[in-house]
Amino acid sequence: MRNWLIGAGAPVLLLVAWWFLSESSLDPFFPPLRTIVGRFQELWLFEHFQSDVLLSLGNLFLGFAIAAFAGIAIGFVTALVPPVRWMVDPLIHFLRGIPPVALVPIFISLIGFGTQMRVTSIALAALFPTMIATVDGIRGVGNDLMDVARVYRLTRRERVLNILLPAAAPQIFSGLQVSLQVAFIVMIASEMLGSSQGIGAMTLLAQQSFMTADMWAGILLLGVIGFLVNVLFSLLRRKVLSWYIGSRRMARAA
Amino acid sequence: MSIRQAPSLSTRNRKSAMAQQPETRINATTPRLDVAHLAKSYGSGEKSHAVIEDLTFTVDAGEVVCIVGPSGVGKTTLLKCLAGLHPASSGRAAIDGRPISGPPREMALVFQDYNRSLMPWLTVRKNLVLPLRHLKLPAAELKERCDSALAAVGLSHADNQYSWQLSGGMQQRVAIARALAYRPEILIMDEPFASVDAQTRFDLEDLCLKIRKDFNMTILVVTHDIDEAVYLADRVVVLGSKPARVLKIVGVDLPAPRDQITTRSLPEFARQRTEVLSLIKRPV
Repeated sequence: MRNWLIGAGAPVLLLVAWWFLSESSLDPFFPPLRTIVGRFQELWLFEHFQSDVLLSLGNLFLGFAIAAFAGIAIGFVTALVPPVRWMVDPLIHFLRGIPPVALVPIFISLIGFGTQMRVTSIALAALFPTMIATVDGIRGVGNDLMDVARVYRLTRRERVLNILLPAAAPQIFSGLQVSLQVAFIVMIASEMLGSSQGIGAMTLLAQQSFMTADMWAGILLLGVIGFLVNVLFSLLRRKVLSWYIGSRRMARAA
Repeated sequence: MSIRQAPSLSTRNRKSAMAQQPETRINATTPRLDVAHLAKSYGSGEKSHAVIEDLTFTVDAGEVVCIVGPSGVGKTTLLKCLAGLHPASSGRAAIDGRPISGPPREMALVFQDYNRSLMPWLTVRKNLVLPLRHLKLPAAELKERCDSALAAVGLSHADNQYSWQLSGGMQQRVAIARALAYRPEILIMDEPFASVDAQTRFDLEDLCLKIRKDFNMTILVVTHDIDEAVYLADRVVVLGSKPARVLKIVGVDLPAPRDQITTRSLPEFARQRTEVLSLIKRPV
């Protein structure tokens, strides 16, 4: 309870401090928080809500969903089919070294500017963490479990869906969490680099036209979205992996 | 991996046609489990490393046979060969005269490490159901099988809990219940009671004897505990190392029903225990 209070209290305290310390600020780069919040309301609630906020969020979720499904599927094939593993393994190690944002210019030149480019960039960049985690997760499934599956003559489908998928789920979720962060970064970057719409584009435009308060408002919005998306993800993880979280807690207590 | 084997009834009809050599025994019964000159080595060529060399023994229907031997002798490897998980390098392992080439339908295996053989994401009942799903049983039979298996191991109250919420002994009982619900004719157990406390161990040993009586099961138990082997078994196969070979097969002649207190205090129990122990302790 106390931890929770400190956790929730610190950001509030910080905001209050920002509010009062910036109140009389005349610095064009650091406008008062009151001005920023005012612009935040005007801009995002609700003038640009549909045209930009929903657009960005839609891209984020679509890109992430594609990355998640494709990452898990490719991860399974890679882990279970040796020839595919031999082909994909070196490729993974090369690609994982490239910062995801660096891929955006490639997609701009390949696919052009539009929503399609942004969703593709997000999906492709976010694919790798999930895929790599899936491969690792499946390789880490204990031989004992697979022996159990064989002794009880489970079908191939049952082995994949009822043994490997749940057994690898904790690792897959770690991968998904990284993918989500990557997707968020690439969402913003793709809008900043190649778009006139979306939160990223709006924020960059504000900065380039010296509308500092608008810029801060955009950053604030991105922060809030990032936070909420992570909260949602944690709730989902807690629900799906309740057995894992519970068993870990039990193991620690013992 | 997904080949569906015919149910055991029809395999038994095929059995006579497949019996490979005439039996010398009166009544011409093929042993349930027949291990002849079984060998298993890993690797090939010069690096080849023999774990088992020339094992021969049989297990008859309805019999409890214990395999004892020093640790690291290859007992687990033997069980994995019998369960069809590893192919034997040479020799023969057969069920009802049929060579074992993959996990046989009529066999269930209880692993040494219950911790790693139960599915932690499934409740106790769902752990029991998973191996039965592809049998496509009617819902009522599925429920009845799970209910009776859980009742047999005394865990009817725990069916909605996760295995990691249970004690070690209870987890091993879940693993046994999973095997029972599968309705095997042959139950193989790999040091099943090695990591539970002494009291639980006695309970599980008695459970094992009860299963044999109630379900008329053929049971093969690997253990390193000589007292346990003598207490449980009709016959004890004593293995020597290395590589594993049969030192002697000791027939245990203790009256039924066996009881933890009276059976273990019989002079005959002590005599057989000493016999097995001296075989293992003898420098080889």
